[in-house]
Amino acid sequence: MAEEKKLLETIAISIVGSGGAGALTAGTILLEAAGRAGWYGIMGRSVGPQIRGGEAAALVRLSSRPVECMSEAYDLLIAMDWNNAERFAADMPLAAHGLVVSDPEGGEIPEVIAASGATMTNAALKALAKEIPGGRENMIAAGIAAGIAGIPAESLMEVVDARLLGKGEAVAEAGRRCIEAGMAQAATLPHDFALAPAEGKTSPRWLITGNEAAGLGVVRGGVRFAAAYPITPATEILEWLAPSLERVGGALVQAEDELASINMAIGASFGGRAAVTATSGPGLALMIEALGLATASEVPVVVIDVMRGGPSTGIPTKSEQSDLNIAVYGCHGDAPHVVVAPLNIADCLFTAQWAVYLAETMQVPVIMLSDQALGQARALIDAPANVSFIARRKLYEGGAQGEYERYALTADGISPMALPGTAGGQYTADGLTHTVRGVPSSKSDDHLAQLDKRRDKIAGFNYGDHWADAEGEGDTVILTWGSLSGAAREAMHALSAEGISVRLVAMRLLSPFPEGPLLQALGDARRILVVEQTHSGQFHRYLRAQCDLPGDVRSFHRPGPKPIGAGEICTQIRDWIS
Amino acid sequence: MTVQTPRRYKASDFKSDINPIWCPGCGDYHVLLSVTRALAEMGTPPEDIAVISGIGCSSRFPAYTNCYGFHGVHGRSLALATGLKVARPDLTVLVMSGDGDGFSIGGNHFLHACRRNVDMTYIVMDNRVYGMTKGQPSPTTEPDWDSALSPGGTGLSPFHPLVIALASGANFVARTFSGDIRNATRIIVEAVQHPGFSFVEILSPCVTFRPDEREWKNMVHPAAVEPTDDPARAARRIMTDDGFNVGVLYKGRRKPFAGQVAAEAGDAAVFDEEFAL
Repeated sequence: MAEEKKLLETIAISIVGSGGAGALTAGTILLEAAGRAGWYGIMGRSVGPQIRGGEAAALVRLSSRPVECMSEAYDLLIAMDWNNAERFAADMPLAAHGLVVSDPEGGEIPEVIAASGATMTNAALKALAKEIPGGRENMIAAGIAAGIAGIPAESLMEVVDARLLGKGEAVAEAGRRCIEAGMAQAATLPHDFALAPAEGKTSPRWLITGNEAAGLGVVRGGVRFAAAYPITPATEILEWLAPSLERVGGALVQAEDELASINMAIGASFGGRAAVTATSGPGLALMIEALGLATASEVPVVVIDVMRGGPSTGIPTKSEQSDLNIAVYGCHGDAPHVVVAPLNIADCLFTAQWAVYLAETMQVPVIMLSDQALGQARALIDAPANVSFIARRKLYEGGAQGEYERYALTADGISPMALPGTAGGQYTADGLTHTVRGVPSSKSDDHLAQLDKRRDKIAGFNYGDHWADAEGEGDTVILTWGSLSGAAREAMHALSAEGISVRLVAMRLLSPFPEGPLLQALGDARRILVVEQTHSGQFHRYLRAQCDLPGDVRSFHRPGPKPIGAGEICTQIRDWIS
Repeated sequence: MTVQTPRRYKASDFKSDINPIWCPGCGDYHVLLSVTRALAEMGTPPEDIAVISGIGCSSRFPAYTNCYGFHGVHGRSLALATGLKVARPDLTVLVMSGDGDGFSIGGNHFLHACRRNVDMTYIVMDNRVYGMTKGQPSPTTEPDWDSALSPGGTGLSPFHPLVIALASGANFVARTFSGDIRNATRIIVEAVQHPGFSFVEILSPCVTFRPDEREWKNMVHPAAVEPTDDPARAARRIMTDDGFNVGVLYKGRRKPFAGQVAAEAGDAAVFDEEFAL
């Protein structure tokens, strides 16, 4: 029977259940088992606003090659129950060959699912679980998913043992038996597809979320202080940092609000310790005044904004790229600072580490624009290289009283910073316009000199190749930024497989605007499709304001929460060139 | 082995060469004198002291000292100072504020700084008016004080900073008067030396917008009783006095905030195994 099955390079599985049923745990076990067996994968989640008892879906995509984004169509949907599932059923369209497995005890199949054209079948998940002492339906679901995809049982058993043996042998035994029962059930279900074999575990694999990767990135970059105010979907960064910083001699302080958290981070950095805070749009709005202070007083600090739907409270649990404007333009006055964005989950680590390096080296605030789609998704990635951006702050070593000029005008605009404790380096950091010594001044020449200095130090900095990922051939370009890069890259590969040559330029550095490198990368492009997840086309407008793009330019933008997928980008390109 | 004699400091060693922007006769000049005298008495080198502030007349303070300073944004001095002290537990941290900066825009941070009990000293120069913006009522202004922004007065009950500090968990609470430099100096030394979060309210007249406050020198009087370690007793005394009792009113025994950044950073490689399959 196996040889008749169509082997898919990538397979998308959704496991659905009421909050607390364990859909997300089932997805995680499946993902980790696939990783141990040599596949790549990514898992997102769709959850409702309820704290407990709402609906939850684990959205798992497994692949024989690295994947950076979710699928647009699902091959397999397993429903433990259908409570409230209609709220997000539209977010997981089924493939034509798709299979829906539902528990007959789990309620009515939502109309949009029933009408999808996919094959509907039943599996008595709850009843099967009841036959096993301590059995749970989510583990049956994980077994069914693994059986259909073709994940070997040994990998699943390894994961079950690793996760459950700590709770006792009986719990682990129940888990193993449920997985076996699920896999046996899978063999009885009608399906004509399976996952293509893994290309072999050629490299050590990591399983990590974007938020964890961002936390690890800043710690690798040298951060030893964090200030925290909880906010969805950034909280996991702070919760990872709290115990982790302690392990490396650092500290995290829970602040009373975001006004406090950003100022705590600035205070710690003034003391010489690299510092971070993480937030989402509403928190970033509260931090903006202090980011202007850090710009004017030249105190390095990193703010990670894990973007969600906006404006205002928006959609806290869903992704969007609509904080670009506030990140770039939010500060009052002329306040040049740095804005960067990770391009995928693995890149959250790199870009966060780079952000610390940029902040520390240039003594400037850096905003990193991650988003919910990256932050709360978990991916199987190749173990990341340990890049050695050792953050180096230019320091004043001390000297005679009265000689030190904190804001001295230097060739590169970066002035040696005195840390408290350095004799002869005493100065007052100030948000008021100041002289080179830091003394408040309202004179035109002091104001201009310091504005020029702060602009030039970041405009003249060498960002190397890190400003973007650029690849591919042809005179048609997909130009995007941040988390849309995964779907754009996948579109580029899909189009190239059809014989349509497309280039990708995915920007990691947004501000200062890398005009020279961007225009060079675009070269004589005839068509540029600008892709972003915003309602107003913020990125497109930003690009247009900053430079004259070559060729014809089209903007493809849409707000969240529905992700923009590779297929949609392909359609845009195909329609354009035909 | 040679033993170095600690250097003896004068108040002037803690003063910068910058002339304050304060009006002639402002109480804050006296606070500057008391603070620099207190620092000289304690003998910590100026480079090991950080003076942190927000915005307002009082918040111009750091630049007038020869310590490290941070003149931040309005109302957030306690947050800046909290980050600094946790990151650099070796430093002596003073926070200088006023009644507008500290109790209005910075009010929430005041509550949580008291709760958190980080080892630092918060000195608020209370003149019951916004001086830098030319005379608007602050949280401590009397309800009937007439101004352009609040004709006929605000009609609002004044904020009780000392009681609120006690209720929020401050570990040391005192009131003093700017004009009594000897008493103010003694109290500042005691506040800095007391572990945890110390709060000192200094009644500091604004001679420009509140000329009536020139009378304060005749109104202040020493607190009739010794400081207590019972916050309820301290609060009752403060609520029932005339607002012009000066002295140390409360000395608590709470342990200071524990989190601090170590001088030597550990290696981030320890985390790799957490994510490796």
